[in-house]
Amino acid sequence: MIAIVDYGVGNLFSLKSSFAAIGYPAEVTGDPERIRSADKVILPGVGAFEDAAKKLRDTGLDSAVKDAAKAGKPLLGICLGMQMLFDKSLEYGEHQGLGLINGTVEPIEGVIPRRLKIPHIGWNALHLYGESPIFKYTKEGDCVYFVHSYHGVTDAENVIADTEYGAPLTAAVQSGNVFGYQFHPEKSGAVGLDILRAFCEI
Amino acid sequence: MITKRIIPCLDVKDGRVVKGVNFEGLADVSSPVSLAKYYSDNGADELVFYDITASAEGRKLFTDILLEVAATIFIPLTVGGGINTVDDFDRVLKCGADKVSVNSGAIKNPRLVEDAAKKYGDQCVVLSADIKRVDGKFTVFAKGGRENTGMEAIEWIKRCVGMGAGEIVVNSIDTDGVKQGFDLEMLDAVSNAVSVPVIASGGAGKIDDFVRLFKTLPKVDAGLAASIFHFSEVDIKELKRTLRENDIIVRL
Repeated sequence: MIAIVDYGVGNLFSLKSSFAAIGYPAEVTGDPERIRSADKVILPGVGAFEDAAKKLRDTGLDSAVKDAAKAGKPLLGICLGMQMLFDKSLEYGEHQGLGLINGTVEPIEGVIPRRLKIPHIGWNALHLYGESPIFKYTKEGDCVYFVHSYHGVTDAENVIADTEYGAPLTAAVQSGNVFGYQFHPEKSGAVGLDILRAFCEI
Repeated sequence: MITKRIIPCLDVKDGRVVKGVNFEGLADVSSPVSLAKYYSDNGADELVFYDITASAEGRKLFTDILLEVAATIFIPLTVGGGINTVDDFDRVLKCGADKVSVNSGAIKNPRLVEDAAKKYGDQCVVLSADIKRVDGKFTVFAKGGRENTGMEAIEWIKRCVGMGAGEIVVNSIDTDGVKQGFDLEMLDAVSNAVSVPVIASGGAGKIDDFVRLFKTLPKVDAGLAASIFHFSEVDIKELKRTLRENDIIVRL
């Protein structure tokens, strides 16, 4: 069973529909036991880091997510859900993350040239590094859909894809069984569905 | 870099696509779901749905259809038409919309932009402006272009961006339906005034109009059109290939 962690942040309709569309039905759940017993766990998220991290802690689901990761289950954070896998975020202050990926979530302001718009929003190309199983159906240069103003800064070996927006921005990370996508696979057309399918097949 | 976007727009009334659609090889041309899927499979980067129904039953049908579209198509969806309150935002976002476009509702109550941006984020709020030259001045019109608000368009757009509008659709009433190309003068004025993405609408008649748009105004982010796509006068795949041949970055 694939569990999509529901902690009251954002709309999970498209994400749930996209798993159904590739033949891997996922369960949207806020029950820690369901998350602990899942084969794979998806941590979604939109909005502000502090608010989302607080909701994840208040619901007690942070420990369920960490337990799943420690048990070696494939865990996938998407967008803000990916950012929460990091040690901490510098979005409006400094806030603790789950500490499953080394590093810090930092603003893209100052990283990209000033003439470029923030948020980084739209379709942009993936540059792939290494041979991650989640990109087994993805080609160098395939486009996916981004909406973000912050990105994760981590060890080079954890970055399995980046994207060029005046400067390289982290697009996907992997540390063992923990994965994160900054982009929205559920809004990235056939390329996005293939990336989700590859995750389901791990 | 971020690709330039091509966006077909579907007007939906009582659960059906209106304004006449003419596709070969599509069994039900006025079904929003099959048309949306067709576009999604053929290179559209995003879809816009305008709800042009006036009745409550029509609105209910629209949200049912939106749910079905969002369960079938996995590219960004923008919804507009009849958005007057934050509850209207809530209603369509719950059905799978990613962005919500406001026009007359924002003119009646500009705080709608501010309230919605605070609740859902700037990236969710699209300001759609119908603009026409009146005595040489860019002027905002309401109610589908029927009512002159007397407001100067650039000031109005800047004010809305200040309140949190994350994207602007510039629909030129002067060029709409004329099919002689986008209103480059108007788009230049808007894209120089704001730093959020600008979407060009009104006037496209052929592939070359899009090439000219992005070549002349590199600040414009997207081109939106309806009937030229619906009537296969412009094929999106061919359009995007031509854009790439002209060194414009697109998603193929």
